[in-house]
Parts: sequence; C-alpha cells; structure tokens
Amino acid sequence: MTITLVLVIAMAVLFSCGVYLLLERSLTRMLLGFLLLGNSLNLLLLIMSGAAGKPPIGGSSEGITDPLPQAFALTAIVITFAVSAFLLALIHRSWKLSRADEVEVDEADVAIGKDRDDDPADDDPEIDTDPEAVQNEEASR
Amino acid sequence: MTWLVPLLVLVPLLGAAIALGLLRHQKLQRAITVAVLAVAVVVAATLMVLVDQHGTIVVQVGGWQAPYGISLVVDRLSALLLTVSASVLLLVLLFSIGQGLAADDEDAPVTIYYPTYLVLAAGVLDAFLAGDLFNLYVAFEMLLVASYVLITLGGSEQRVRAGTTYIITSLIASALFLASIGLVYGATGTVNIAQISERVAGLPEHVQLLLHTMLLIAFGIKAAVFPLAFWLPDSYPTAPAPVTAVFAGLLTKVGIYAIIRLETIIFPRPQLNTVLLVVAVLTMIVGVLGAVSQTDVKRLLSFTLISHIGFMVMGVGLGSVVGTAAAVFYTVHHIVVQTTLFLVSGVMERVGGTTSTRSLGGLLKAAPLLAALYLVPAFNLGGIPPFSGFIGKLGLFRAAAEDGSPMAWVTVGAGVVTSLLTLYALMRVWDAAFWRPKPAAEAAAPHASTAEPHAHLRSPEPAPLTVSEETGEAYHPGGSTTVTDAAHASSASGPTTGQTPAVEPSVHTPLPRMLVAVTTVAVLGSVALTVVAGPLYGYATRAAESLESPDRYVQAVLGSTDGGADE
Repeated sequence: MTITLVLVIAMAVLFSCGVYLLLERSLTRMLLGFLLLGNSLNLLLLIMSGAAGKPPIGGSSEGITDPLPQAFALTAIVITFAVSAFLLALIHRSWKLSRADEVEVDEADVAIGKDRDDDPADDDPEIDTDPEAVQNEEASR
Repeated sequence: MTWLVPLLVLVPLLGAAIALGLLRHQKLQRAITVAVLAVAVVVAATLMVLVDQHGTIVVQVGGWQAPYGISLVVDRLSALLLTVSASVLLLVLLFSIGQGLAADDEDAPVTIYYPTYLVLAAGVLDAFLAGDLFNLYVAFEMLLVASYVLITLGGSEQRVRAGTTYIITSLIASALFLASIGLVYGATGTVNIAQISERVAGLPEHVQLLLHTMLLIAFGIKAAVFPLAFWLPDSYPTAPAPVTAVFAGLLTKVGIYAIIRLETIIFPRPQLNTVLLVVAVLTMIVGVLGAVSQTDVKRLLSFTLISHIGFMVMGVGLGSVVGTAAAVFYTVHHIVVQTTLFLVSGVMERVGGTTSTRSLGGLLKAAPLLAALYLVPAFNLGGIPPFSGFIGKLGLFRAAAEDGSPMAWVTVGAGVVTSLLTLYALMRVWDAAFWRPKPAAEAAAPHASTAEPHAHLRSPEPAPLTVSEETGEAYHPGGSTTVTDAAHASSASGPTTGQTPAVEPSVHTPLPRMLVAVTTVAVLGSVALTVVAGPLYGYATRAAESLESPDRYVQAVLGSTDGGADE
C-alpha cells in the first residue's frame, strides 16, 4: 500500500493542534480543536484507502479507489457536524448564564480540598452522628 | 425470526421521531415512549431464548453479504445484555415519569426528554447488536450525543460545567476509536469483527499490539477504568437522578461489553491480559478509596461504580471461560444493582431534600420502607451472601484461583478489600442518612451548598414557597401536602410539576408513591437475580464458552447465507 507523505504530515499536524486546543479551558477553543481533530480523522480514513485511483462510480472496477473509507468519512463528517452544533449550543448557554467562556473549577473538588486544609476531623461523619449531642442541641434551641 | 433483530434499533428510533413530533402532547409522548421500550423488552427476551436454543442469529441488513454489508449479530452475550438493558431502560423511564422528570429544574425542557431517551436506548441496543466496528462506532455516537443532551438537561450552570467535562472526554474517546478503526481498516482491509478476527493473526506482532492498545484505551475511557475514570464522578452526580441511574447502569457497561468483545473475538490471544489485571486492581482500590472519602451520596455511588468496573475487567483479564462467565454474570448483576442504588438515592433526595450525608438524617423514622430499599441493594453491592453480588464475586475469585498465577491472587486480595470498603462506605451513608436523627439545620447549611446544584432552594432559612408555573399548584414548605396529594400531583401534572424538595429541615416530604413503587420493583429485580442465579450463571457460562471459541462467531457471521429478507 503506497500513501502520500504529505497527507500523513498534514493529518499529524491537524491531530496535534486539535488535541492541544481541546485541552484548553476556553469552550470556543475546544470547539475549534474538535473541528481540527474531526478533519484529521477524516484525512486518516482517506489515507487508509491507499493511493488514489479512478472514481468508484461507473465504468469498470479496474483500479478504482476503495470506496469504503469514503463512506466512513462521510458518516464521520455528519457526526462531527451534529456534535459541533451541540457544542455551539453549549457555548451559547454557558455565555448566557455566566458571560464566561471558560470551564469553571468543580465546586465539590474545591470543597473537598478545603476540608483537608481546614479541619481534617470535619470530614468524619461520626462526629455529628452522636444522637445525644444532636438532641441536646435541638433542646437548647 | 431474524426480522426481530433490527426492530430493537428501528422501533426506538421511530418512536423518538414520533415523540419529537408530538411535543405538545405530553401524555401521548409518554405513552409512546413506554410502549416502545416495552416492545424492546419483549423482543430482547424472545431473542435471548431463541439464541440459547438455536445459536447465534445474524442479520445482514439490506441483504448485503457479510464482509461488505452491515451485520447485526446476536449471540448469547448480546442477547443477555439486550434483555437486561431494555428492562432497566423501561424501569428508569417509569421512575422519571414518577419523578415528574428532573424535578429540581423549573426550566427543564421536558419535551425533549422522551425523544432523547429513546435515541439513547437505540444507541445502547445497537451497540450490543453491532457486528462490525464502524457500526459500533455509530452506535456509540448515537448514545453519546443523546447522553450529552441528557446530562446538560435544563442547562443550569453546574450542569453545563459538569457536562463539559463529560463531553470533551467522550469526544476524545470517540476520536481515538475512529482513529483505531481507520488503522484497523488500513491493516486488515475490513471492519467486520468476524473478518478482523480471522485476519488479525497474520499481522506483525507490534501492529497487533498497537491496534489492541488503541482500541482498549478508547473502550477503557467509556468503561471508566482506573487511569481513565476521572471524568465520571465529576459529571454523573449533577444530572437528574433517573439520568444518572441509566448512565451508571448502562453506559459504562457498553464499554465493558466492547472490551469483552475485543478480548475474546477480535484479539483472542492473551496479549494484554496482565495489563488488564493490573488495571483491574488499581480501578478497584482507587475507586473504592474515592468512595470512602465522599460525603455526597451520589458522588459516593459514582466512585463505587468505578471500583466495581474493576471486577468485570478482572474477569476479562483472566482470559479463561470461567473468568469471562463470571465477568458476564457480574456485569448483569452490576447493571441492576447500581441502577437501583441510584434510583434509591433519587428517592432519598426527594424525601430528605439533599444527598449530602452531612445534612441527611432521620430517614429511618420518616420512611422505613425507603430504608429497607436502600439496605438490600447496599448489601448486594457489598457482596453479602445470598445476594447476587456475592455469587458474582465468588465466581470471579474461583476463576482467579483456577488461574493460580501470583497476579490473579493479588486481584483476589484487592477484590476482598474492595468489597469490605464498599460495604463500609455504604454503611456510612446508612448511619448518616437513616440511623441518626436529623442533624440541626445550622450545622448542615454551609455544607449543603458544596455538592448540590440547587442548594439555594434547600437552604433552610427562608424556605421558599415554590409554585409550578404551568399547573399553578403551590407547594407549601412544611409538608402540608398529604401523600395522596403529592402522588396525585406528580402523576397528573407529570413532568411540569415543579415539586421542589424545599422543605423545612425537620419535616420530610411524604414518600412519592410512584417513585417508591418503581424503586421497589428495581430492588425486587436485584433480589430476583439471586433466585435465578443458577440458570443465569449457566447462561453466562454458555455465553463465555461461545466467546472463547471465536471460530463459531466467525462462522455464524461469514458463513451464513440467509438474510436480505429483513428490510
């Protein structure tokens, strides 16, 4: 199977840029990264069909390009399109809610981290499971 | 009877289209969704019996013969998981109807819930049917896109944040999967699982290893095994209770199913089995340690979910018939039990107003039935005999003992420790939520805001009077609604009822009847697994036997000449 080096390099560059952008905190960059990644994958599928040949429609079946990866790529394009539309909606929603494009830090994670710093004993539910203490507290109110 | 097979995908998709067209008729929409999933349960159960009697059923969609067309394959493993998934999907749907659907959002776009849920169902069922890798990819995308919508349902700030983690991780997993499909096609010239299985042995060792590892990583992210599970406890707990329940029960198991297929049919040689065992040990231990440190019931359950994925990976990693059989049995057990526990946590949230173990309390007195409903699946997950969790774990440990290698014994040790710690974590919840009296409100208030998406509604000070706009019904905080009122309201006004759990801290909302009924059925179902454990284990063993001889699968798919009569 012969493949073009240029296509492989283009695919690799698109792939790495896509992954890099996906790891950003900004939602818009994630979308752009996803689009690059999707395109690089389509390119990968095409590369896998080997060297270019005659169009697979009509005529003899001698020396035609393998049509199956093209079908894969078409399906993948449709899926990429749908997911991009969803991501755009998500970005819009996030913008409307908080006027921010960034992904926030998880509150629960922060809370757990804080617990450790502040008071390690606070994490232990045994402390407030003492029924008498709770009853006394209720009675005193 | 091959015409039954495509129905499992077609009916939910058509149902989704019809339900989408009926946005304004919610009762009709609901009825269609229930009917569609009921059909799916019946069809899947029929297939399960048929496959066991007559062997693997293969359908070549559109009449295109095997290596070229799309094959739908139902072997015993598929049929078993199809039946369990369809039943769980139906049960959770009934739960969400009872809950009035994402009851904690007034602005939830409820009209799209049912169609999306059906697309999710179609995706899950299609994944179990797929006979080629690309169709598996499409099935994954179908269920993932539906899950993106469900996890951000209502679009609150917290859900958008949590959803982003989930979506980006899934996107990367899908990209890896698609890249591996491209490479597999480049290496073998086919995506048909049966044909790959035939051709893969002829590839150079390092190419096999590369393809195997890439596919394993892609499936591992979906299945949430140890180094790839970070996204799960962040994203699952913020979704509405029924959504979390169905995700926890089914989506990770689709990943496990793909791993089982990968290790038995596609790459039958024990190339990465030691890696799988190491991953299994780490998944169990790290997951359960996460669970022990949590103070929110839903997050805690998400961590136990991760740790028990380790048991299934362990069974697969042993690479023997007994190991695979135990893994299959454990998968079925875990789908049912984990879903049940999440449903119970949904009821706890409704009754107690929160899922934080710090502010829950006194539920034993307030709702004794709920306490029983929690305790049974909790014991089951922890592996107390005679429940199915014990049987599954026993099977896994026996398989490991038969294997006898040092690594296998290490996994047994990790498994025992994990079971004990799971029990400890779940009993801590029992202690906090059920056994002790309700803690004083002041102590609970600051913590409630940490993990709760709508904590402001639950803050005890000015208990807000919530009016659901569509129905005009007002819920006075303080539990003035009687049981019948609440049940009536939630069944009559359905998804639009904004019955928020905003109650005064000392008073619990009355038990919603429909939710309790559905949860009871789920708990009974998980107990029933013990009753039918004998036949079920036999079925799992037969499934594993046919998996461990991939030739049979290959022959069934490539050698079959019928088909084409179906579409």
